[in-house]
Amino acid sequence: MASFFASEFFHNYKRSSSAIIGSALMISFAFAVLVGPFLVAQNPYDIASLNLMDSYKPPMWLPGGEAQFPLGTDGQGRDVWASILYGARISLFIGVVAMVASCFIGTVLGLIAGFYGGIVDSVIMRIADIQLSFPSILIALFLMSAVGTGVDKVLIALTAVGWVVYARTVRGSTLSEIEKEYVQAARVAGLPNHKIIRKHVLPNVLTPLIVIATIQVGTFVLIEASLSFLGVGVPITQPSLGLLIKNGFDVLFSGLWWTSVFPGVAIMMLVFGINLFGDFLRDELNPRLK
Amino acid sequence: MFGYLLKRLIQMTLVLWVVSVIVFMMMSFTGDPVFMIVPIDATEAEIAQARRILGLDQSLLVQYWKFLGSLLQGDFGQSYVFRQPAMTLILERMPATVELVLVAMVFAIAVAIPLGVYAGANPQSRMSRLIMSGSLLGISLPGFWVGMVLIYLFSVHWGIFPSSGRGDTAEVMGLRFSVLTWDGWTHIILPAVTLSLGTMAIILRITRAGMMEVGRQDFMKFARAKGATKNDVLYKHGLKNALIPVITIFGLQIGDLIAFATITETIFSWPGMGKLLIDSIYRADRPVIVVYLMLVALIFVVINFLVDVIYTLIDPRIRLK
Repeated sequence: MASFFASEFFHNYKRSSSAIIGSALMISFAFAVLVGPFLVAQNPYDIASLNLMDSYKPPMWLPGGEAQFPLGTDGQGRDVWASILYGARISLFIGVVAMVASCFIGTVLGLIAGFYGGIVDSVIMRIADIQLSFPSILIALFLMSAVGTGVDKVLIALTAVGWVVYARTVRGSTLSEIEKEYVQAARVAGLPNHKIIRKHVLPNVLTPLIVIATIQVGTFVLIEASLSFLGVGVPITQPSLGLLIKNGFDVLFSGLWWTSVFPGVAIMMLVFGINLFGDFLRDELNPRLK
Repeated sequence: MFGYLLKRLIQMTLVLWVVSVIVFMMMSFTGDPVFMIVPIDATEAEIAQARRILGLDQSLLVQYWKFLGSLLQGDFGQSYVFRQPAMTLILERMPATVELVLVAMVFAIAVAIPLGVYAGANPQSRMSRLIMSGSLLGISLPGFWVGMVLIYLFSVHWGIFPSSGRGDTAEVMGLRFSVLTWDGWTHIILPAVTLSLGTMAIILRITRAGMMEVGRQDFMKFARAKGATKNDVLYKHGLKNALIPVITIFGLQIGDLIAFATITETIFSWPGMGKLLIDSIYRADRPVIVVYLMLVALIFVVINFLVDVIYTLIDPRIRLK
């Protein structure tokens, strides 16, 4: 741990205000997601704790607002702040799980394509090429329209969209790694292929994935929000931040802006934090820029 | 050159074929369109009859063969909802989408290129840092949320711009355009700004990166040394050479804009093909979804091809193989 604080990475981190802001935002979201539900009195999904008399209360600093509901309430008397804390859980859960799944599948396929080459490589990479020529949001939208709504289905759609970048990156680095002497030495030593891939190639192709994975969580949160906003994402019983915005949009024209604006601010802060930190990581981990 | 074009044409056809297989499979494995056609109280016999008429009683392979055959003949079937040819429906709404996408693109370029050149030429200045943070914020914003906030501020709160529709349009060569009338402009401005933000941020960042790369090169020093004005150095010598990555991204961005137009059109009730797609998804109107996807796939494939060709025209160092 002491060596980490003395490292160049930490030194640069301390000097980069965007890295500090970015990681602060990420950490506060992680904190909010983990303990958030214990911080608010109301569980927005427990109908017994809702009171219709509290519906459409404005934020506390406006006339008619109450300190009990700092960011106001929605049509069912649900505290917007509590909804955001619960919604951020779902959004971030989807973003992180889909990222891990994409990373796993993409890395495995990339390793296979790069290591074995030939027809396997061609097939995987052609699929990747075709997929990359279409915007992710459109592919996800199409998949969701075919399989229907649900958290599990959003995860499938995002993974189907997300594996490609990992596969491409890993394949590229694998191709250059297997030329190197240590891999040839491992071959000469008679290690089986799967062992060479796991023990020797894999650890050396992982670094560039850190940046991709970080930024992808943000991208996935945005795509999920868009899908849910269009009504083909998460179901109404598990409202993510995007679905909160959608529900708020329906009453926006009556001037009730807080039910949709604040969840959007939450998404923005989360994704902005991820992107700020991701940019810093990219500069740090890219040896060419040093 | 001819060999290259032929190779690309074969590749493009192959991609479209793969897309047709995927679209067909997804459509066949999900839901039963028969229930979109028959009345709720239909008898077994009526359902079987409808199934026979739609050709759904045959094997998947036969169905795909027929599907492909009719695609090639330009017959995309009738919309279950509108009872009109799906292709006509899409084509009617396409100009509105194209108009929105182009206006958004113009907005994005008009803002992004000058700011990107400035930020690339003065990377350390406070203004450049502000621009870069702003662009990162632009990437981090959910587009639909920006549209909503704009509607709230400009339509609901201040009442400056309308929140939905295309407004008055003027006809030129049989196509209707909103940008030709004042009322049309007031309608297009909010959706176009909403749609342009993401693209704006990305083009800005690529332009800046390109300018920083170019700035280190000798010909820039030479241009400065021979006494060219600052703007000439930046735009005539610098930007021209920094443009190549911008063009690639530009092509990809048109695709993204078309995709995101579905969301923007839904928020602003813009009568384009994106809104039609979302409506058709809600109503499980399969033929319309299929036409939309095939058409958009065609557009993307053509754009990618054009980008590659434009590449060689701008940069003679790149040869097509």
